[in-house]
Amino acid sequence: MKIMMTGNYASAYGAMAAKAEVVAAYPITPQTSIVEKIATLVSSGEMKCQYVKVESEHSAMAACISASQTGARAYTASSAHGLTLMHELLIWASGARTPVVMSNVNRAMGPPWSVWADQHDTMAQRDTGWMQVYCDSNQEVLDSIIMAYKVGERADIMLPSMIIEDAFILSHTMEPVDYPDPELVEGYLPSFDPRFRLDVDEPYGFGSLVMPNWYMEFRFKINEAMEKTRGAILEAEKEFEETFGRSYGGLMDFYKCEDADAVLVLAGTVASTAKHVADKLRSDGKKVGVARLRCFRPFPYDEVRQLAKMTNIIGVCDRSYTFGHWGPMATEVKGALYGLADVPTVKNYIMGLGGKDLTPEVLEKVFVKTLQLKDTGLDTEIEWIGVTGHGGW
Amino acid sequence: MGGGRLAKFTIPEEEYMNSGHVGCLGCGACHAMRYTLKALGPRTIMSIPACCWAVMPGVFPLKCLEIPLLNTAFETTGASISGIRAALDAKGIEDVTVVGFAGDGGTADIGIQALSGMVERGTDVMYIMYDNEAYMNTGIQRSSSTPIGAWTTTTPVGTTRDWKKMPKKNMIEIMVAHKIPYTASISVGYPEDMIKKLRKAKEIRGPKFIQIYAPCPTGWRMAPELTIEVCREAVACAAYPLYEVENGVYKITRKPKELKPVKDYMAMQGRFRHLPQEELDDIQRKVTQEWEILLKKEEFTQSLVSE
Ligand SMILES: Cc1ncc(C[n+]2csc(CCOP(=O)(O)OP(=O)(O)O)c2C)c(N)n1
Ligand code: SF4
Repeated sequence: MKIMMTGNYASAYGAMAAKAEVVAAYPITPQTSIVEKIATLVSSGEMKCQYVKVESEHSAMAACISASQTGARAYTASSAHGLTLMHELLIWASGARTPVVMSNVNRAMGPPWSVWADQHDTMAQRDTGWMQVYCDSNQEVLDSIIMAYKVGERADIMLPSMIIEDAFILSHTMEPVDYPDPELVEGYLPSFDPRFRLDVDEPYGFGSLVMPNWYMEFRFKINEAMEKTRGAILEAEKEFEETFGRSYGGLMDFYKCEDADAVLVLAGTVASTAKHVADKLRSDGKKVGVARLRCFRPFPYDEVRQLAKMTNIIGVCDRSYTFGHWGPMATEVKGALYGLADVPTVKNYIMGLGGKDLTPEVLEKVFVKTLQLKDTGLDTEIEWIGVTGHGGW
Repeated sequence: MGGGRLAKFTIPEEEYMNSGHVGCLGCGACHAMRYTLKALGPRTIMSIPACCWAVMPGVFPLKCLEIPLLNTAFETTGASISGIRAALDAKGIEDVTVVGFAGDGGTADIGIQALSGMVERGTDVMYIMYDNEAYMNTGIQRSSSTPIGAWTTTTPVGTTRDWKKMPKKNMIEIMVAHKIPYTASISVGYPEDMIKKLRKAKEIRGPKFIQIYAPCPTGWRMAPELTIEVCREAVACAAYPLYEVENGVYKITRKPKELKPVKDYMAMQGRFRHLPQEELDDIQRKVTQEWEILLKKEEFTQSLVSE
């Protein structure tokens, strides 16, 4: 059933389609319409879940973790300051092995206040043990929530996921979205049935103090599980495609990269713009491609190394930053390439922060700059796009 | 049977706390847990934040409590039990008591937001604050529940007379302001009263807040064998009155005929040793005043229901 909906409604519908049993969430721009829509779906009786209207994001995540440890499928949604307020509990969620799923609307961090698209909030959660899926369509938002439960709830994984949409560009833009047939979803995603949970008939303890000899064992197992998510994400997507006829390119979605002279690596909606620009440049005879990074965690090492075989120049476009270093994606891409015999030239662009518009013109400039490296060699490792350095006044 | 009167045994014999806890000698928090579980029984799920009791059940893989036990982050108890309740509700499980068991720091300070939210939402859970009147797990730092006059490692007295200068935060009153259905203070020195109030709370739907006076010999600079005695003294001088508030109506459950001097209670504990006479006099004035206010509250709210 196709419905016109925003990315935020796609999140709410995704939680409903996946039959989340407990939702605990707190409003923040530009995520608010997710919590409002869920409230509406619950109050109309369409969505059957316990909706806990918590007093903060911190409590939202704490409630989701505890609900998950009691055996319920838990969902929340947040953005920027809400997400970063949760930081302690994001680490707790993976430590507790709870396959909570959260939608996060990528928004810039203050100060200065900004409510517009920027991936810094999620990039800053890199080491929390969450899978991160960056979407570039509303359909992908909805579908990825269902797939995230499928992957996260696997007994050998039991880890949380963030499904990520760009502020406004996805969150508030309508697209036709197929709401999947509940029966098909039920077949695809069985109910959550964890081996260990809070249960008076089997009174286990969870999360107690451990001595140093044990602590590392637990962390090792989490890492093992996270390593497994690479294969699990691909399997879940394959089965999803067989069931629903849609797929999104696994961990890294390659577009016209095979014979490209230069490829831009991007995440989120800007990848769609880049694909459109790549088509235009190709019609002008310029061989460029786009590698859309869908998962930042687990990181697609193999895919990046594959990309190195397809092209000699990679431009990594970070819509975030790590002050004093390359952008987060560039750092990881370079790390994945280390040790290869033929390492492509890698240039990092910092762009689109705080909602600075990434128009086709901007993307075209970046493509051209990157292609030029073929003749000039690497001019600078990192370049901030569209800043004058003096605020433009 | 004969015609003799048999004392009614109100404290259940069942034990849900086994030997092996790692608390200190004479730890009041230990009794708090033991009687709580006796009162609530095995169909209880408990969430515990960082505090002495996060450690006391034993180091992994050991656990001395025979109930499902969840460790949660320091400031999250109210939210954690909300999540557990929501999950049980989603599964249609009704006959399980969900309990948060937190220290005074995790409750009155860092966790007060999550607690307030949980109570305001009317969540059907029991929140228990065991009150040892400081952050003990981290080594006796002041909390907002530390009484006026006390030495702690962050109110170290010194030459500047830097003891705790502000009065103890009154969590029961904060709960009353939330229009909570039931809140009560209890004390490990009065186990029958503990059992009675905890059982009563268990039967009430909605949020319940219970504050347990739980002496900490280590932090109070007191001999471990004084734990129960100090409980009795605290009630006798009204430094720690035992009462309950049910739907706004106060009932003082232990009413000494005549209050003993607070200084005798304080003299039992090294944490008050430094206090000069004028400070002791001032504390006495404050305690007496608080007690009189409490008596009036009881009288007034009782008069409302009897009308
Ligand atoms: C966010 C956070 N801040 C600080 C701590 C350190 N910490 C652990 S327990 C504790 C004090 C606990 O005091 P209280 O709640 O009164 O319980 P008690 O230890 O006295 O039993 C502190 C400060 C923590 N675990 N988490
Ligand atoms: S420090 Fe105090 S509260 Fe903590 S275990 Fe020791 S006696 Fe009990």
